[in-house]
Amino acid sequence: MIAFDNVAYSYGGGELLSEVSLSLAPGSFHFLTGPSGSGKSTLLKLCYAELLPTAGQITIFDRDARGLSRDDVARVRRRIGVVHQDCQFLDHLPVATNVTLPLAVTRRETSAQDLEDLLAWVGLSHLAGAMPPELSGGERQRAAVARAVIMSPDVLLADEPTGNLDWEMSVRLLTLLVELNRMGKTIVIATHDMNLIRMAKSQVATRVLRIKDRRVQLAGADL
Amino acid sequence: MIRSILADMTPDPAADRVVPPTGHTAWLTQFTAGVMAFLAVFALALSMAAGRLADRWEDALARTATIRISAPEDQMQVQTEAVLALLSTTPGIAEARALSDDEQRALLAPWFGPDLPLDELPIPRLIELTEDGEGYDSEGLRQRLAAEAPGAILDDHDRWRRPLAIAAGRLQALGFGAVVLILAATGAVISLAAKASLASNDQVIRVLRQIGARDTYIARAFVRRFTLRALSGAAAGTLAGLVVLWLMPSGGDAAGFLTGLGFEGFGWLWAWTLPILSAAIAFAATRATAFAKLGTMR
Repeated sequence: MIAFDNVAYSYGGGELLSEVSLSLAPGSFHFLTGPSGSGKSTLLKLCYAELLPTAGQITIFDRDARGLSRDDVARVRRRIGVVHQDCQFLDHLPVATNVTLPLAVTRRETSAQDLEDLLAWVGLSHLAGAMPPELSGGERQRAAVARAVIMSPDVLLADEPTGNLDWEMSVRLLTLLVELNRMGKTIVIATHDMNLIRMAKSQVATRVLRIKDRRVQLAGADL
Repeated sequence: MIRSILADMTPDPAADRVVPPTGHTAWLTQFTAGVMAFLAVFALALSMAAGRLADRWEDALARTATIRISAPEDQMQVQTEAVLALLSTTPGIAEARALSDDEQRALLAPWFGPDLPLDELPIPRLIELTEDGEGYDSEGLRQRLAAEAPGAILDDHDRWRRPLAIAAGRLQALGFGAVVLILAATGAVISLAAKASLASNDQVIRVLRQIGARDTYIARAFVRRFTLRALSGAAAGTLAGLVVLWLMPSGGDAAGFLTGLGFEGFGWLWAWTLPILSAAIAFAATRATAFAKLGTMR
């Protein structure tokens, strides 16, 4: 689905990622770890063509990322759901509208029942009409997951989704992501929460990738 | 192209709602478009009035000429009759007649008053002639007049008609140029307002791009908004300008150019092209600005 072939990414004169080769197979579950500033978010942005590699090649759904037109990039992103740590909602729109935004921009519609089911799945039925600033951190993350999956994407990328959540809420969010993986979605979670990774490994087969010295390595069994 | 424009302007409440309303740019755009249209109405009126004036002068002066006979009193009648006889045989002249004393008195009254003793003053006799469709050979006529009536001088008005026509033509061009400049200024201001709006909605645009919105979808939300603002503002400004013009006192031809500033007949409809032009300019300016902004992000 998404493959990196000897990819490097430089920013401001310094190389942030180097010699990265990896492949995200359909239905796989990956964790991406590494210290703050190691390039986890950058690697995720490379996955959905927000950034382009300075060397090497990234293939997204069998297309070279560099060859994608702006419309192609938009189409690719409809197949990749992204959950950011800060959620990135449009604060002037209610939660339900934010969740259905990916459908609106592609001029598709969803039934009220499907939307209700989705919000119930993430436990936000009672907050459909609330405005994003009224939500707690955990509610915002779950709403972000709902928005990320409403287009039924093939891949879901989550950048530090539990960074601002307590353990109980983190487990709840992880459960949602594991459920999505069981539905066949490819999941990539960037996190430095080792407990979360251990919890996930007890539920689903995962690969843990660690960014160290600008390179991506497969983490050892100590996790 | 037309399909794309229609698509851009088709109401889409869901898409419009995505971009939060921005109060200051909204009223600034409408106000600017309104003021510019108000000024453009006057510039257009000036241009059209100057055009009418030039046409009137052309029509009134181009088809007529005057022969002035300055001769001793005892020869005046003889020379007048000789000139009239000569004119009657000159090709290209439809009509020629000597002005009566009353008519000459009326011409001089504005300068000398109504009680002018015409008989006591050595006033030249005036003969007014009107061309037919072909026109006459003015140089040939001058030579024949010199031979048959030495005191007769042909004035075909060309000496003062030309600078007047040039002046009126330049005034017309000036008015038209002012309309173009005003519309260009409208485009520049709307472009700046759109740029400010796009900058203040940077995060919204990034989110939309990230969830898979195409550039056209994002641009449309801004283009539609600014185009409609420019259209409504310019329509209000045009209406206000037309009302003011309509309320201006009408003094008829005698009152001169200023009271003739306005539109006649279908000219009133021309003014309504201004809101349409403003909207078209806003459409193009916002679209260009939006795509330039979107081009800076992936």
